[in-house]
Amino acid sequence: MSEPIISARGLDKRYGDFHAVQGIDFDVPRGRCFGFLGPNGAGKTTTLRMLLGLTPMSGGSLSVFGLPMPAEARRVRARTGVVPQADNLDPDFTVAENLAIYASYFGIPRAEVAPRIERLLAFAALTERADARTDSLSGGMQRRLTIARALINDPELVVLDEPTTGLDPQARHVIWSRLSDLRDRGTTLILTTHYMEEAERLCDELVIMDHGRILDQGSPRALIDRHVEPDVIEVRGEASRHLIALAEGVGCRVEQMSTSSYCYTREPGALLEKLRNEHGLTFLHRPAGLEDVFLKLTGRELRD
Amino acid sequence: MTNWRLPTVRRGALAVWRRNLLVWRKLVGPAIVMNFGEPALYLLGLGFGLGHFVGEMSGMPYLAFLASGIIASSAMTTATFEGMYSVFTRMVPQRTYEAILASPLEIDDILAGEMLWCGTKAAMSGIAILIVAALLGVVDGWQSLWAIPVVFLVGLTFAGPAMIMSALARNYDFFSYYFVLVITPMFIVCGVFYPIDTLPEIVQGFVYLLPLTHAVELARPLVAGGELARPVTNVVVLVGYAAVSYYIAVVLVRRRLMV
Repeated sequence: MSEPIISARGLDKRYGDFHAVQGIDFDVPRGRCFGFLGPNGAGKTTTLRMLLGLTPMSGGSLSVFGLPMPAEARRVRARTGVVPQADNLDPDFTVAENLAIYASYFGIPRAEVAPRIERLLAFAALTERADARTDSLSGGMQRRLTIARALINDPELVVLDEPTTGLDPQARHVIWSRLSDLRDRGTTLILTTHYMEEAERLCDELVIMDHGRILDQGSPRALIDRHVEPDVIEVRGEASRHLIALAEGVGCRVEQMSTSSYCYTREPGALLEKLRNEHGLTFLHRPAGLEDVFLKLTGRELRD
Repeated sequence: MTNWRLPTVRRGALAVWRRNLLVWRKLVGPAIVMNFGEPALYLLGLGFGLGHFVGEMSGMPYLAFLASGIIASSAMTTATFEGMYSVFTRMVPQRTYEAILASPLEIDDILAGEMLWCGTKAAMSGIAILIVAALLGVVDGWQSLWAIPVVFLVGLTFAGPAMIMSALARNYDFFSYYFVLVITPMFIVCGVFYPIDTLPEIVQGFVYLLPLTHAVELARPLVAGGELARPVTNVVVLVGYAAVSYYIAVVLVRRRLMV
């Protein structure tokens, strides 16, 4: 196992009385996709900002590429690409100009910039729109341009803060395929998300965060195996009361969230049999997923 | 929490300066109309209109007196507008700084680049006024070209305080206070329209603390002819205001963005 690309020990951030990140430890292996999964306000974005040296740390130690942070933040950022939560493309420039200007912030020699821009526009499927103004692009195109921009310095590490929030399913799938390509080329990806599907598809390893703490860490599969039973039977709406009654005595762990009931079990046979005998009852039998782990670990109350 | 570390300025500042230059180039038409139109109106309207009654002031035609003052005050307003409205736009609604900060550049570099750009715009407005003044026949020889580096420096002087205002502003309305309480009074009392020695002595002492006074004192003889009264003091005051205000702006923007 090679040196981790990022290593955090006791990483801590306080805003006055608010303890946003509470002394977390993690290692990000090189060449993998590492996810931070958590509800709003879990401390994901604050953690990412500390990785980049954009938020002062309140405590702990952090190294990126083996360099101490925040002392070496400039050198770290020179080798990192960043996709922020909200697009911050430069509205005064066209698509291609956005990439060229961004290259200048990294001090990339002019001669190298033109071929890179051409390559990145092709990667982001924006070659046709090279001379368009950024505000004429769709949300998905803007995101792709933001990702292309993050790659202008040929980074070893790309940090993405909720890369597909607010995109339609088509646009989201395009972004996922681009990110998979990147990882396959050996780029380390770090992403925050609250989309389980995104985390399950992309992340080799992830941490589940809540209230500034890491609740658990592992591959999506390992987390599912560790925390929830493999089978879920779900009943929605009014009928969900039936499930609670039926689930008694068949080796089920029952959970409720708003109007749905969930039964987590290793042996679904008996309950399924009972449910089939209840006429007109609609239920869903599916394998357990990351969402079930997530809800179990972070609780089911609403976050704002 | 406040990071008081002294700023370090590196070559990256030029990338920020260049970004602004490239945007300016796209909107060069309206920019040139502004640069030439405004001073031309002042000089023609006030210089000829008021000059007709005033005749001479401080031993020179009023038009020459006014032109050599306006070149300084215009550097002030140009840099102030850029350092407030444009800097705030890039810092807050447009999130341009957030994007730049993901590169190796730091707030130190960004604000240094902005300041250089404010100086550049002040110099461009100064050049426009020099051309208008020369066409009106009130420029005293080639040494007046020295006014260009002077207005560049004046641009830096006023860029810093304007960026401080941007760092503190919650919205654009906030800038009205600074204009009404700081910029407009300086425009009136710092010797642009009449010599300072006509002011009561006690006021004069105060007026000499203001940067525009020193900008005018430096620019006037260069443009309209005559002896420089105390060039070293003038330059030291202008550089001092620029340096201190840049430092404060960097600290305040760090406090605002590096959270």
